[in-house]
Amino acid sequence: MSIIDFLVPPSEACLRSGPHDKIVLSSRVRLARNLRTVPFPSHSKKAERIKAFETLMPAVKSLTLLGEEIFAESMDKLPALDKQVLVERHLISREHAAKNAGSGIVLNREENVCVMVNEEDHLRIQALRPGLQLRQAWTAIDAVDTALQEKVEFAFSERYGFLTACPTNLGTGIRVSAMLHLPGLVLAEQINQIIQAVNKLGLAVRGLYGEGTEALGNVFQVSNQMTLGEPENDIVERINKVLLQIIEHEENARLSQMEKKPAVLLNHIGRAYGVLANSWSISSKEAMNLISFLRLGVDLGVFGKTPKSLTDELFLRSQPAHLQLAHPLREKLGSDERDLFRAQMLRERTSLIPNPDPQALLGRREEGSPE
Amino acid sequence: MVCQFCKLKEASVHVTEIADNKVKKVDACAACAKEKNYNDPAAFAIADHLLGLGAAQKMEEASEAVGALSCDQCGYTQADFKKSGRLGCAHCYDIFSDGLDSVLKTMHKDIRHRGKVPAGMQSAMQSALEGAHRLQSLNRALQAAIAQEDFESAAQWRDAIKAFKASE
Repeated sequence: MSIIDFLVPPSEACLRSGPHDKIVLSSRVRLARNLRTVPFPSHSKKAERIKAFETLMPAVKSLTLLGEEIFAESMDKLPALDKQVLVERHLISREHAAKNAGSGIVLNREENVCVMVNEEDHLRIQALRPGLQLRQAWTAIDAVDTALQEKVEFAFSERYGFLTACPTNLGTGIRVSAMLHLPGLVLAEQINQIIQAVNKLGLAVRGLYGEGTEALGNVFQVSNQMTLGEPENDIVERINKVLLQIIEHEENARLSQMEKKPAVLLNHIGRAYGVLANSWSISSKEAMNLISFLRLGVDLGVFGKTPKSLTDELFLRSQPAHLQLAHPLREKLGSDERDLFRAQMLRERTSLIPNPDPQALLGRREEGSPE
Repeated sequence: MVCQFCKLKEASVHVTEIADNKVKKVDACAACAKEKNYNDPAAFAIADHLLGLGAAQKMEEASEAVGALSCDQCGYTQADFKKSGRLGCAHCYDIFSDGLDSVLKTMHKDIRHRGKVPAGMQSAMQSALEGAHRLQSLNRALQAAIAQEDFESAAQWRDAIKAFKASE
């Protein structure tokens, strides 16, 4: 079975919901682990990498925690398109997508535990949850890690904890992160202040696909940087606290825009709808930024009963690999052809969304304000 | 551009050499450049980029402290560490530990692990922790005795500490 057949379609993937998912798209906790006796993947010879692969793949595959139905494959068996789809679903890193023989992936049926074998470390095990569910993700991946420790011996030192290829991951090997949709803070021009404040707390703010990527569609990723010197729980709790505050700021920014500048807000949302419903060629960057406003409109009730899963689906389907996958020929599209096909897909799907209703926004505003 | 030596990998090191009034251009992949001894001056910046400002300097100090060490298990050298900001294997953390602490201080909350411990290691970690506590309390008693100028007790505490360290 190919990974494309294994993954649920975008329409289903976007139905997943969790706490605070108007603002927090997803939560993730990943742990970096290495075998004690084999050099780290970045420095190992091919034979050593294959040895690590052959030790780890069966160990991960046999975990009862992952359930019976899993997808496990060597990276060289995956076509480039399939790898890119996995990146767009945030299941593997862009770095891992570039890997071939000697690296692998294991994914469970629920698509909420994904293991990368021989990425930068021998193992990158990650748990994903929709909405703000960092604690749940940590509990889940902690259990997977404990179960794995019964099967293989990890590199661990009493002094430094779990040993990793890069000293920035040393100790707990934990990276706790959440993907946030923050159009309110961007419109209110408060986003830079927030990013600076979050940075001061030792947390990183990145774009949609992690390190070194742009914050397309007003989507930001917040994660811890320090991994050594404090317990996992403390790290999870601190980020959780910071995220709850960011959520509050985003909600306030949205409310104050509705209060003070409803026309500006409606203008953004209405134009986004207009362009998405009527364009004949659109780049992924423009599409993502417009879909962001569409999603904001849905959150604010401007589009009636349109579910936010629909806008999330548009967002996912606008990505290059997903677009190509949906194309009848599945051939590699040039970027011009892709822009045409993207516009067509967006036109068809936005036709399911009613025209924006300004009263929903203005009416709500009057209700809330004293006579 | 393909490496002119192995003609397989992408060339990432480009050097212009002037020797005997002749200009010679070299385009090599990282592996061949290393083999032929063409240094890439840009490579130094990688560690800086990875670890934040000041890390490269710390790393330099660190590598001076460890001298020309290399890992006896995986062959990783201090130059590799400096260049990539990464280590080669688990054993490297023992080999390079002298210089490593100052690097770790710049990037982490503390340089001691306080998180999850593998089941098999828990009893060892516990006794190490208890040992550290015991030593701390002995030291506190010694300092208190000195402060009170109770040198007889102080001598006893000092011997107790000595004995404890010897038994560890």
